[in-house]
Amino acid sequence: MGAMKLWLTADAPDSRWQAQAGQIYAISRSFARNPLAMLGAVIVGLLVLVAMFAPWLAPYSPTGQNLSMRLMPPSAENWLGTDELGRDILSRIIHGSRITLLIVVMVAVISAPLGLLIGAIAGYFGGWTDRVLMAVTDVFLSLPKLIMALAFVAALGAGLQNAIIAIAVTAWPAYARIARAETLTFRNSEFIAAVQLQGASNMRIIGLHVLPLCMSSTIIRVTLDMAGIILTAAGLGFLGLGAQPPLPEWGAMISRGRSFILDQWWVATMPGLAIIIISLGFCFLGDGLRDVLDPRQRDGR
Amino acid sequence: MSALTPDGDLRRTHRLLGGAGIVARFGVVTAMTFLGLLAITFFIGRVVPIDPVVAVVGDRASQEVYDATFLEMGLDRPLIQQFAIYVRDVVTGDFGMSLSTGRPVMEDLIRYFPATFEMATFGILIGVVLGVPMGVVAAAHAGSWLDQIIRVLGLLGYAVPAFWMGLVALAVFYAGLGWSAGPGRLDIFYDGLVPTVTGILTVDAILAGDWVILRNALSHLVLPSAILGFFSLAYIARMTRSFMLEQLQQEFVTTARVKGASERAVIWKHAFYPIRVQLITVIGLSYAVLLEGSVMVEIVFSWPGIGNYLTTALLTADMNAVLGATILIGAVFIVINRTSDVLYHIFDPRSH
Repeated sequence: MGAMKLWLTADAPDSRWQAQAGQIYAISRSFARNPLAMLGAVIVGLLVLVAMFAPWLAPYSPTGQNLSMRLMPPSAENWLGTDELGRDILSRIIHGSRITLLIVVMVAVISAPLGLLIGAIAGYFGGWTDRVLMAVTDVFLSLPKLIMALAFVAALGAGLQNAIIAIAVTAWPAYARIARAETLTFRNSEFIAAVQLQGASNMRIIGLHVLPLCMSSTIIRVTLDMAGIILTAAGLGFLGLGAQPPLPEWGAMISRGRSFILDQWWVATMPGLAIIIISLGFCFLGDGLRDVLDPRQRDGR
Repeated sequence: MSALTPDGDLRRTHRLLGGAGIVARFGVVTAMTFLGLLAITFFIGRVVPIDPVVAVVGDRASQEVYDATFLEMGLDRPLIQQFAIYVRDVVTGDFGMSLSTGRPVMEDLIRYFPATFEMATFGILIGVVLGVPMGVVAAAHAGSWLDQIIRVLGLLGYAVPAFWMGLVALAVFYAGLGWSAGPGRLDIFYDGLVPTVTGILTVDAILAGDWVILRNALSHLVLPSAILGFFSLAYIARMTRSFMLEQLQQEFVTTARVKGASERAVIWKHAFYPIRVQLITVIGLSYAVLLEGSVMVEIVFSWPGIGNYLTTALLTADMNAVLGATILIGAVFIVINRTSDVLYHIFDPRSH
């Protein structure tokens, strides 16, 4: 144990591998000292586990109706109560975690690389390329995200897939801005000039040398944006524009519970609490990652 | 030369000239952004749907109506020409007819906008009046339990769905405690009693001198605007706190303390004074975001504003109405953001 720690915290690492391992060790140590960040990591980790093992964790079927058990309050059999068709709300929330995770991952997978690439290209080439790309980015940035997503869904048609596309289309500009700002800081540094002199193509430089350096600030931003993405997706679901019934999407569940909010409060309240817990988890995790990976940005958002 | 004539006149002229330059730049940038907004809505309306005519007239329209709309939208012309016509129409206030109300979309927007404006404005007032002092207090007592509570409140603003909060607030404060009125802008028996002047009910009630209706309108307004206010408060308090922390570390604050100024004077006079300019941008941005957030809140509270109009249009696939409402909200969003940018430049002495 002691030798391992010495090896990890060495002042002069013998290999690149040792240096990287040491860096990861230092980052995870300071991350572990931040209780809120750890709480966030635990919440997000639980979301992933619950989504993976949903069929085994859920006590009942998420779509199985039982009309003799309609609108039952939380009890020993149905921990979070039942909805208007007698479906177990806990089981629906557990299965709904898969949809939430799917949306979050898909939006990140579509919008982050797109934004990164646009930002890196703009920052690396500069000049007119930069001006045109950033003008487009700024137009998207200065428009209301939720409204734009709504308009896109209106044109594409309701559904989970279209909701994901609509959210991704409105999410990328922030990453383009970040990637461009990062790229500009080392655009003229010597290591870039060195690879250029070795004859590397522009695409190779962007892909292998520019993009990796933009990663950490993008990861922070994506994590911080997750809460907003979850809320937008839930909003689309609430309006009936996201995942369609009988899929147990949390926003759609709140919408169904709306008619019963005065007497059977649990139908709408429980999925809302699930949304809040997961969103908070991503907020905590993002804040923690920022403190660890990028201390410059503290307190700003 | 200006160094030799340090009189106020010259400086003022410089300031005004600088201001005019900024306003001109502001005009160009705003126009470009607005054109971008139109390009996006044009793309959404004409390129994304499989058949843009059906998106406007619905799938039960007769062949004649279909053909007429096809020509009216200029779909037989090249795309770039279509876009030029589209920009001309929008700039002259022609958004087409709404499928669901049967009126021009422009007329609908004028009818629905005041309700949204009223709710959002009350919301931002609540957000500023509570959020700024909360941020200052949090910074002055950084690390204390008070600071922690304000921090958690701020994070909740990022994590709670507005529509869910609206539902819970209705269940608790309206149905449970009876502290506020329910959905809608007025109780049904007060409806239509006050002549519409501005469309902003509270103002109209004051103009008519009808205090009963004003009371009723306010009790309907308080819950939705408080919820919107909470979301802007979360952001405003967080930003105020970080601006204040920055100021409190400055040397002039230490100087003020050393000279024996009271803690209250140090915080509110010396440290708070410079951040007012930064707060303009923050408040502008949260006002714009709040206008957007009002869409979800309006639905929960059956508030007859743009948000409700937009969602009704969404669900009936009324494309002209959807795009009209999108352009309106987008345009207001752009103008608020740009205006706060300009104010920032005009009031910030460092930018001269």
